[in-house]
Amino acid sequence: MTIAATSPYRVDATGYYGPFGGAYVPEMLYPNVEELRDNYLRIIQEPEFQREFTQLLTDYVGRPTPLFLARRLSAHYGTTIYLKREDLCHTGAHKVNNTIGQILVAKRLGKKRIVAETGAGQHGVATATVCALMGLECIVYMGEIDIERQKPNVDRMRMLGAKVVPATSGSKTLKDATNEAMRHWISNPTDTHYIIGSVVGPHPYPDMVARFQSVISAETISQLLHQTGRGTPDFMLACVGGGSNAAGAFYHYLDEPSVRLVAAEAAGKGVNTGHSAATTALGKPGILHGASTILMQTADGQVTEPYSISAGLDYPGIGPQHAHLFATGRAEFLSITDKQALDAGFQLSRLEGIIPALETAHALACLPLIGAKPDEVVVVCLSGRGDKDLATYTKHLEEYA
Amino acid sequence: MNRLTHLFQHKTADVLNVYFTAGFPQLNDTVPILKALQDAGADLVEIGMPYSDPVADGETIQRSNQQALENGMTVATLFEQLQGIREQGITVPVLLMGYLNPVVQFGVEKFCQQCQAVGVDGVILPDLPLDVYEREYKPLFAQHDLKVVFLVTPQTSAARVRQLDALADGFIYLVAAAGTTGAQTDMNADVDAYLSRTKALGLRNPTLVGFGISDAASFAAASRHTTGAIIGSAFIRLLQATPTEGRTAAIQAFVRGVRP
Ligand SMILES: Cc1ncc(COP(=O)(O)O)c(C=O)c1O
Repeated sequence: MTIAATSPYRVDATGYYGPFGGAYVPEMLYPNVEELRDNYLRIIQEPEFQREFTQLLTDYVGRPTPLFLARRLSAHYGTTIYLKREDLCHTGAHKVNNTIGQILVAKRLGKKRIVAETGAGQHGVATATVCALMGLECIVYMGEIDIERQKPNVDRMRMLGAKVVPATSGSKTLKDATNEAMRHWISNPTDTHYIIGSVVGPHPYPDMVARFQSVISAETISQLLHQTGRGTPDFMLACVGGGSNAAGAFYHYLDEPSVRLVAAEAAGKGVNTGHSAATTALGKPGILHGASTILMQTADGQVTEPYSISAGLDYPGIGPQHAHLFATGRAEFLSITDKQALDAGFQLSRLEGIIPALETAHALACLPLIGAKPDEVVVVCLSGRGDKDLATYTKHLEEYA
Repeated sequence: MNRLTHLFQHKTADVLNVYFTAGFPQLNDTVPILKALQDAGADLVEIGMPYSDPVADGETIQRSNQQALENGMTVATLFEQLQGIREQGITVPVLLMGYLNPVVQFGVEKFCQQCQAVGVDGVILPDLPLDVYEREYKPLFAQHDLKVVFLVTPQTSAARVRQLDALADGFIYLVAAAGTTGAQTDMNADVDAYLSRTKALGLRNPTLVGFGISDAASFAAASRHTTGAIIGSAFIRLLQATPTEGRTAAIQAFVRGVRP
């Protein structure tokens, strides 16, 4: 996990990606963030950390995840499509790559308790899982509304021994669960580590989480090389809520200009309907959850409430690195509606026998939009499986009979 | 002279700073509450600019922020409300407190100009990083005679306290204990040790203690080693509980109750 410090797309020595990033936190959080900032690189570069991290990713998570040539999907779109199967990770999504890494950091910092936020519940489950594995106390904040709409994951977290606390402030969804997790951290500054669930938050979180997720593109390179003789695809597609699976899928390709990076944002009912989470289409630069980034907000700088059929993409911001990739044009951002995502979710289920998470279905929905040619190679980061979304899919079964 | 600077030149103990949220309980309550606080004897007043995501605040202030936003409060509206206060006999130092994003969206330079135009003396922006302040904002604030306040907590290292003290020119806001605003801080031996430890650093700025100060006992305990204290959530609760007609009298009684 060494990085070229000179890359214009990676974090600089001061914690920024161009104008985005930084650590905009109240003084109450400064010592916690400083402790992490001063130690994270040293810790994750230790051979013993690397050994334990790699071993858990192998024996516990089940890595490397397969890179699957989706023949029927490829035939349908007249190109070559590979699926990077993060849905086969233990707990059913890429989120666990990050929670394994962070819990190992937390242990080395001597922390006794873990706090986390969750939207769809995937990050909450991945956090509760590693806390059980390591014997640490686990508190997960989840918006009161999300608790109702993601019941199976709430039950999984409880089964795993975590305490799920409803976030009742503000709009009672992911943004507010994040606020509550930060408040918990403020109130418990010395013995608690905050496992943030995406490449968001104050520096060094976006960089640390991206490093843990970078295993996605590291594996893709060697698997593609093995299967096609070339380590670089023509397109890399991923969905972006906060952006952690995309950050991992893009990581080792950032400085390979021949790889077109495509990020799928949730347009909800349509970018201009007032029910959308398409951050780059609707947002402006500002500050959210400790970072300078692009976020959806009113003219007066109040954060607005996003909407998406997918709880994991229902977030008013994106990570600062993605804001930079958008601003520089290094990545293309496509807005995908609920309907396009459902189409793509049913299509993958019927063509390949894989039910994707609704989040992931947004990435798949980019396939008809990118104009990939027959001799080109497309990799889609299949960030998670769709079991958690069955209730939503089932409501639409008739339409796809 | 800046009213805040003037205050601390003349008063070095038992200084009472009261916080309230602009546009709460009703949109146009900002100036009447400010006036009532001055009349009741508050030494300085901190007006909160409401924000959708106030991470450093506990439930009471969160709810007042939400209510104020629902009432239609904005940074621009606040400046309209504060227009002319100095001509109408408001002499108490006024600080604006808020999160950075609304200020950035309003425009930092325009914000400073408006502060100076209406007679605001200082600002508290808890999520403004020290290095960003030093690099980008310091000259602007100075040019518009705006004093800046930084927070210090029990976890802040002595070296960093000195750094904050070197850059602050309003006062140092001592957060009594780890937590968000409104947390019940009992002024125990730990807090006392932290306050006297901070006093021993011999800071160049005055110090005011905030978070969990709610009554005469906590005010007195907090002021023992410092220049004074800040009351926020307890005052917001009073505003919530008091009908408009009885408000001026209730504010009089509240301030007298805290600092007899
Ligand atoms: C399967 C899946 N994909 C994607 C996401 C979005 O997160 P990120 O953008 O950080 O990858 C989530 C979040 O819950 C998820 O569960």
